Amino acid sequence: MRLLTHNMLACNIKGVTKGFPLAIEVTKLETKESEMNPDFLRHIYPKLDWKALHDAAHTLGLNDIPEQVEPAMLEDEDFLQKFHHALLEVHLEEGALICPETNRRFPVTKGVPNMLLNEDEV
Amino acid sequence: MSIRPERQAPPEIFYNDREARKYTSSSRIVKIQEKLSERALELLALPDDGVARLLLDIGCGSGLSGETLSENGHQWIGMDISESMLEVAVERETEGDLMLSDIGQGLPFRPGTLDGAISISAVQWLCNADKTCNHPRLRLKAFFGTLYKCLARGARAVLQIYPENAAQLEMISSAAMKSGFSGGLVVDYPHSTRAKKYFLVLSCGPPSTSTALPKGKEGDEMMTDSDESGSDGEGGDDTTVNVSERQRPAKKQRRGNSKTSVKGRSWIIKKKEQRRHRGYANVPEDSKYTGRKRKTHF
Ligand SMILES: C[S@@+](CC[C@H](N)C(=O)[O-])C[C@H]1O[C@@H](n2cnc3c(N)ncnc32)[C@H](O)[C@@H]1O
Repeated sequence: MRLLTHNMLACNIKGVTKGFPLAIEVTKLETKESEMNPDFLRHIYPKLDWKALHDAAHTLGLNDIPEQVEPAMLEDEDFLQKFHHALLEVHLEEGALICPETNRRFPVTKGVPNMLLNEDEV
Repeated sequence: MSIRPERQAPPEIFYNDREARKYTSSSRIVKIQEKLSERALELLALPDDGVARLLLDIGCGSGLSGETLSENGHQWIGMDISESMLEVAVERETEGDLMLSDIGQGLPFRPGTLDGAISISAVQWLCNADKTCNHPRLRLKAFFGTLYKCLARGARAVLQIYPENAAQLEMISSAAMKSGFSGGLVVDYPHSTRAKKYFLVLSCGPPSTSTALPKGKEGDEMMTDSDESGSDGEGGDDTTVNVSERQRPAKKQRRGNSKTSVKGRSWIIKKKEQRRHRGYANVPEDSKYTGRKRKTHF
């Protein structure tokens, strides 16, 4: 799972009102290089919660994602490269996602988060 | 007539390791799912600006449908309830992110985040009361309600479904409309029992000219390549691959290749070449990253 997906995911346990962002517990990360697509980055930027991306990147040890972004930076090749790397190249392979409200743990194995809810959580 | 998989067991049980491998190693199934996915992507009618989008693949299984999205340059998130199907998807190194999730419990996404959704041969599973805790109407409501919320305004969802009967079709479409979607049903090849396909084409937000329903395809052929017809010994077989519990002669099984082979660089390049040939926009350029192996750190 990449931070792109993490940025969209929210805990949907019944009754939870603040299920975003999920905290990340890292056991293993993997980097898979991919081609940068600046148009996609510019397209997705307004949909992202930047603070959540910044904090999640930090948890993954990616410290070059700035806390604040100006739209003008989306024209800067150097910034785009870092943005691309954090958003799309680093994968959480093993670990967990944790609901900020209930502390419910969703384990991640082989890169796949298990988001299945128990009967009493639906 | 074989028994519908939906009547045999819940999906996470039906799509076990054996079924998941069988599903993905059948060239017939692969081809049909690819055709359905291409059609769904076409019906999604994304803006024609060449920009990649973030899409959802609902009931993504082993990643066959998602592959079509990747080939067209899009990013995607796939959800499925079957660990075995997802296991195959992981092995095949699908480019989308995957998650184990039951769509009948609702979709765990922030509002307005996704640019569109497709679902190929999956949503009819929600009509089953396969466990005492499963109420089809409630599950359909949870599914469509959260799907509506997580899609960006004006975005579409295209769901190809295999309803068991008219009542099921009605139950699914009315649940969608009650959740606020506009749109309706597109039926491809309506006059052919074997090729007939249902696509629920849903738009988020009020109906407008841009959300007008496209026409279904006419004629009676879904498969334009004829090399598959009859090759599995079933003669004029229908193209409903969901009903996969039929016996296929052993000679069709791939030999010396019990596991699904991992896609290599040359395979990807060939696939992309095919796409360009068929006139697809958006096929990514080949580069040094194409099909490159992953690196591990930590
Ligand atoms: C016929 S397969 C299609 C897979 C894939 N879309 C393709 O085209 O190859 C149907 C898939 O729907 C999944 N499915 C069924 N019910 C589901 C549910 N409630 N939540 C998530 N996935 C489900 C099954 O596990 C299965 O992988």
